[in-house]
Amino acid sequence: MSGSSSSVGSFPVKRGLAEMLKGGVIMDVVTPEQAKIAEDAGACAVMALERVPADIRRDGGVARMSDPEMIEGIQAAVSIPVMAKARIGHFVEAQILQALGVDFIDESEVLTPADEAHHIDKFRFVVPFVCGATNLGEALRRISEGACMIRSKGEAGTGNVVEAVRHLRSILGDIKKIGTADSAELFDWAKKLQAPLPLVQEIAETGKLPVPLFCAGGLATPADAALAMQLGAEAVFVGSGIFKSDHPAPRAKAIVEATTHFDNPDILAKVSRGLGAPMTGIGMDEINQRYAERGW
Amino acid sequence: MNALPSLAIGVLALQGAFSAHIERLRAIGADARSVRLPVDLETLDGLVLPGGESTTMSNLLRTFDLVEPLRRFIASGRPVFGTCAGMILLADRILDGRPDQIALGSCGIVVRRNGYGRQVDSFETDIDVAGLSDPFHAIFIRAPRIEQISAEVEVLARHEGDPVLVRAGSVLAASFHPELTNDDRIHRLFADMVRDATSNERSPAR
Repeated sequence: MSGSSSSVGSFPVKRGLAEMLKGGVIMDVVTPEQAKIAEDAGACAVMALERVPADIRRDGGVARMSDPEMIEGIQAAVSIPVMAKARIGHFVEAQILQALGVDFIDESEVLTPADEAHHIDKFRFVVPFVCGATNLGEALRRISEGACMIRSKGEAGTGNVVEAVRHLRSILGDIKKIGTADSAELFDWAKKLQAPLPLVQEIAETGKLPVPLFCAGGLATPADAALAMQLGAEAVFVGSGIFKSDHPAPRAKAIVEATTHFDNPDILAKVSRGLGAPMTGIGMDEINQRYAERGW
Repeated sequence: MNALPSLAIGVLALQGAFSAHIERLRAIGADARSVRLPVDLETLDGLVLPGGESTTMSNLLRTFDLVEPLRRFIASGRPVFGTCAGMILLADRILDGRPDQIALGSCGIVVRRNGYGRQVDSFETDIDVAGLSDPFHAIFIRAPRIEQISAEVEVLARHEGDPVLVRAGSVLAASFHPELTNDDRIHRLFADMVRDATSNERSPAR
C-alpha cells in the first residue's frame, strides 16, 4: 500500500534539492532586506550569514555560524530555500542549523575551522550539506562523508574568479582523465586522490560526480557566472560580488540571466550593460589568508 | 500502426532539474530539447516544465518573453507535463506564493507552495498510480500540495489523501519528481499523451 514506507532525510531526498538548484544562482545575504532583493532578482536560494566573505576577510578574527535570530529573520522574509554556514567539523553548529529548519548547510572554509582533522559526518543529518573542494580527491572525500552537493571553492571575498576557474578545471579535468583510464589504473587514481575506490569507479562509468557540482568563490560579474557554467559548473554561488557592488539589484538580476543563458553571447552582452561598478576585488598576491586551504 | 517520426519534447531549461528530464526522455527514445527562448517552442510536440524554483522561473519567463508563447503552446492542445515548480506554474491559483508569481491557469488546481514543509520534511514514498500495475517510488522535495481540484481534473495518484499526480486534458502535473528515479513509467505515460496528440493532428479523420 502507498504511504507505508515514507522516509525523510535519505540521500536521494537530500540530493534532490541540489538537483532543483541547478542552473540557478545562490546569493549571500546578511539581512532580510537583502534576501528580498535576492529573491526579487531571481535567486534560486539565499545563503544567510552575518558578514559576507569580503568583510570577514577585512575584519579578521574568528568567523562562526550566524545568530539563529538573524537566520530566522531571513527564513521569514523569503519563500526560496535558505542555506546557512557551519564551521568545518563543527557538528553542533550543524545540529542547531538543522533545528532551525534551514534547507541546506554549507560546511564552509569561509568560517574558521573548528576541527583540524575531521569534517562533519553528514550522513547523520536530515538536512543536506554542500562542501567546498579544490580538487577531485577533496570532492570525493566530502561525498564519502555524505555531502550531496560540491562547490568548487575558489577564493571567497576576493571578487577574483581565477581560483574558481583553477578548482573547476582541476576537478573536471581529473574526471575526464578517469574516464579514459582502464580498470587497473583506477586503483592508482583512488590512491593518488586519497578517495574511496567505489566512487572513483563510479566516475569512470558515468563520467561525472555522483552529486551536482556548483561553482563558488570570487564570482563578481555576469560574465564570471557564464564562464563557470561554460567550464562545466551546474550552478553558481555569488557571495560578496552582489552586495559589495554599486547596484546590487540589477547586478543580481543580470547574473541570474547570464547563468541561464550562459552559452548565448548576445544575451550576455545585453545583460552585462550598465550595471555600475562591480566589487573592487583583490589579487591573490595581496591576500594573507587563503580560505581554500582550509579543509582536509 | 504507422511509425511516427520521433517525438520532439522540449524541457523548459531556465533553471532547475531540466537535465534530469532530458536524460529520462532521451532514454525512452524522445528527441528531447532544451527550451530557453520563444523560438525554441516552435517545432515541439510536447513540453515539460521541470522542478526548480518557481519564483526564479517566473522572473525568467517574463524577462525573455516566454509567458504568452507558453500560453499559446498549451492552448494549442500540445501536451504539457509540469513537475513540482512546473506544476506550480500550471496552477490556477498559488497559495503562499509571491503575488507576482505566474499561474498559467492550465490544469484546474489550487496549490500551496512548500505545502509539505521545508527541506527537512522532504520525503520519498511509494504511491499507486492509475494505469500502472506496480507502485511508483516518488520523491517529494519541498513539494507543493494540491489543495483544490476542479471537476474536470482526473486524479491519477494520491498520497495520504492528497492528489499528487493529476491530468486535465492535455496537461499532466505531478507534485513529486519522476525524473529523479530510474523508473521511466510516468515519462512514458506523458510520451503516450504526446504521441496521441500528434497522431490525432496528423490523421485526416478528426
